[in-house]
Amino acid sequence: MHRKSIAELKSLLQTKAISAVELAKHFYQRIERLNPAINAYIFEARVTALEQAKMADKALASGKAPLLAGIPIAHKDNMCTKGIRTTCASKMLDNFIPPYNATIVEKLNQAGAIMLGKLNLDEFAMGSSDETSYYGPSHNPWDLSCVPGGSSGGSAAAIAAGLASTTTGTDTGGSVRQPAALCGVIGLKPTYGRVSRAGMIALASSLDHCGPLTRTAEDAAFILQAIAGFDPKDSTSVDHPVPDYLATLKRDIRGLRIGLPKEFFCKELDTRVGDLMMNAAKLLEKQGAILKEISLPNMHLSISAYHIIAPAEASSNLARFDGVRYGYRCKDPKNLDDLYSRTRAEGFGDEVKHRIMIGTYLLSAGYYDAYYVKAQRIRRLVSEDYQKAFKEVDLILNPTTPTPAFKLGAKGNDRVAMYLSDMFTVSTNLAGIPSISFPIGFIDGLPIGAQLSTNYFEEALLLNVTHQYQRLTDWHLQIPGGFE
Amino acid sequence: MTSQWETVIGLEIHAQLMTSSKLFSGSPASISQEANAQASAIDLGMPGTLPVLNQEAVMMAIKFGLATNAEICNHSTFSRKHYFYPDLPKGYQITQHEKPLLRHGTIDILLATGEKKTIHLPHAHLEEDAGKSRHEDIHGMTGIDFNRAGEPLLEIVTAPELYSAEEASACLKAIHTLVKYLNICDGYLHDGSFRCDANVSVRKKGDTDPMSRTEIKNLNSFRYLERAIEFESKRQINLLTTGKKVAQETRFFNVKKNRTERMRKKEKVHDYCYFPEPDLLPIEIDSRWVTTIKNSIAELPLERYRRFLADYKILPDEAKTYMHHRELGDYFEATLRETTMSPKNVSTWILGELSALLNKQQIPADQSPVSPDQLAGLLNRIIDGTLSRHLAKQILETMAITQKSADDIIAENELSQVTNESDIQAWITEVIETHPKEIAEYRAGKKKLLGFLIGQVMRRSHGRANPKIVAKLITTPES
Repeated sequence: MHRKSIAELKSLLQTKAISAVELAKHFYQRIERLNPAINAYIFEARVTALEQAKMADKALASGKAPLLAGIPIAHKDNMCTKGIRTTCASKMLDNFIPPYNATIVEKLNQAGAIMLGKLNLDEFAMGSSDETSYYGPSHNPWDLSCVPGGSSGGSAAAIAAGLASTTTGTDTGGSVRQPAALCGVIGLKPTYGRVSRAGMIALASSLDHCGPLTRTAEDAAFILQAIAGFDPKDSTSVDHPVPDYLATLKRDIRGLRIGLPKEFFCKELDTRVGDLMMNAAKLLEKQGAILKEISLPNMHLSISAYHIIAPAEASSNLARFDGVRYGYRCKDPKNLDDLYSRTRAEGFGDEVKHRIMIGTYLLSAGYYDAYYVKAQRIRRLVSEDYQKAFKEVDLILNPTTPTPAFKLGAKGNDRVAMYLSDMFTVSTNLAGIPSISFPIGFIDGLPIGAQLSTNYFEEALLLNVTHQYQRLTDWHLQIPGGFE
Repeated sequence: MTSQWETVIGLEIHAQLMTSSKLFSGSPASISQEANAQASAIDLGMPGTLPVLNQEAVMMAIKFGLATNAEICNHSTFSRKHYFYPDLPKGYQITQHEKPLLRHGTIDILLATGEKKTIHLPHAHLEEDAGKSRHEDIHGMTGIDFNRAGEPLLEIVTAPELYSAEEASACLKAIHTLVKYLNICDGYLHDGSFRCDANVSVRKKGDTDPMSRTEIKNLNSFRYLERAIEFESKRQINLLTTGKKVAQETRFFNVKKNRTERMRKKEKVHDYCYFPEPDLLPIEIDSRWVTTIKNSIAELPLERYRRFLADYKILPDEAKTYMHHRELGDYFEATLRETTMSPKNVSTWILGELSALLNKQQIPADQSPVSPDQLAGLLNRIIDGTLSRHLAKQILETMAITQKSADDIIAENELSQVTNESDIQAWITEVIETHPKEIAEYRAGKKKLLGFLIGQVMRRSHGRANPKIVAKLITTPES
């Protein structure tokens, strides 16, 4: 039940082989049993979920059920859910209950999905391992001593462990795709502006994206169908027509040109990962795709540019957390300065404070031009590299991460090492082009993912190629031991 | 001593725009009395909320740009200006820093001499207002009211081209009148919907070096602006002539003590960490929209001033009053349409009797209990001889109370002017009988008692006797 696709579940729900309430209860039983080991869920929403399930059953009975009626999902805990705690895995928002839903939460509610609960993340989505969460780290179901990746680690682990049908995550530098790769599931980062950011607690406004994590391309197509579209509440969302993602899923991929950027085959790349990637590429070639070597010459600058723009914007977005109107407030503040400094010192974890300080420095009067402006110029170069590439190829393929999941605590104090695990994903955040990570094999029992990217608003193409790959492979059907 | 020196002033004005909703949220813009009743999630900077630009605010800013011949920037951008203060919910204000909406505008000001001077407005831009701190001991703390947070402001900056308190006041008045004419700001100085800060420095005449200047904040009346500048100018000159320096600082005007003082809060030099607002797109302006806005602009203040002078031959000061008080000017013109009395004389009635009446009860002209055509009706009765001016003044007061027309009051009280000579003669006879001493003196040669005698006849007739005929009959050597 918990490994069935959305299409299969829909069929079972429609034929009343199972009810939405039963389905939700089934997942809750699994969550009770299996979540403690991985800490994917930090909150469960049993009461509202069962109410939603009852309404879904009514809709199904009436024959007028919306697209995802009865499908059990969960949201990363930086998506605001009305009346339900939304914490960003931070002490700062431990007591925060939003009086509004994020647009994508609202859309999925309208589509009939059942929200089972909220999922763990790195504090304020800052991280690549979920180790900075106020509620403790999440664990990789494939190896509990390893990280699931981050910052949407809880979202990826939940899918791998069969604790939700699909989950949502946010991707600022790779935070949907990297954990998806490390947990052996699909993670989609849509085009910037394809999906509304309203109600998503902002990290870096020009880099944040919301996307689904699922087992199959078809499941991702369902979710994207429900959440894509212009939102007047988000001025950066784009009024671009939403195609029927399911309709084109099964198209022939013959003749599609897939570029392999030579820059990705660098010294940081584990050669075994490189091998698995070439296997995946060859499989697509067998189906008629044409492989081409391409160059993205400014790729090596992406990580630096990212680590200027992201903390700069984050320091600004987190300025509102001051203990005045909501969230954590220090005890007995003596005066305004004391209120601010102790609230923020106590409410934020170390990584968050680190990035706020760096971000503020980067925006400061003497350094703004040298860092932030320059980083934005590099961003333009990275975008242009992609545009040039898309004149020669339709898609770009590269490994999602340079290595498989690392052990909890392994990256320890080595921040740069931690940041480098995002090196293959950040450039598409800078350019805003859509990209997807999908499982392509295992190394020592740990999953590996490949990343396909394409030009703006061509998500349908990503889903199509991924689907065709998954038809011929079963990586995505593997189940971690103990989570059957 | 002081004539060696000149004062240099620049103004920074914040006009709250009269939009239906706030600049970046749908909250109603009209201020509620109940604290925090109009603060939405966006206004409070709650997590995950995003700003959405109010088109009406842009329209109003463009109107101001058109009226000041400014360059309207297509593709202006918003920036974040960061600082921590409890009335600033997001920890940053959304403003326009790199590319303001309006640039290189000008405004003409009228000086007391009648001279016109052009002042440059280097830029004007949109920004959101912060909330209000209420230091009123709310449970031992300061309360913050976020009703004002997110209100749309148009910040207007003048070049430092004002060289006296009078010029500064004239400039502030000109901008104040303009924004009211354009219906973009209600101009209520005391409510804070039109705020002014003044940058003041002094220098030796002929000097062009930039001098240290002070910023005087929150001058919410034209008089306070003048007084503050006068004080500050003297203060700075005193410092410099005694060999001291003028500190670059922020001050406020202490109304009671009639002096500027350093602001209590120690102003640290703040780095606002400006960067372009990533949640908002650049404002793209359609030129056809600008044309529509241009067509919606009615007569501008100086245009009205010039037209009133030319068409109505009234005095410059009168025209100025009609310019600054548009409702009074509208009332004047509405009255003119219904009466044959000359504009000059009508103006005297409006700026005299009518204004006195309105001021007594603090009513603006557009809420006058006597409407323009009612006033015109009254004035017409003077022209056709039915009423004396003296009587008409009394009737005006009755009209204000009863809201009846002049003709109704005349009819009800049989108040039409008496021109019948024998009736008048009867009253004259009464006066002769009751004032023998004055009559004797008058006949003996004290001609200036004529006015007194006419006045007595007028009293007897309850103001109805035609004064000219009274005079004629008294002076005819017969009685």
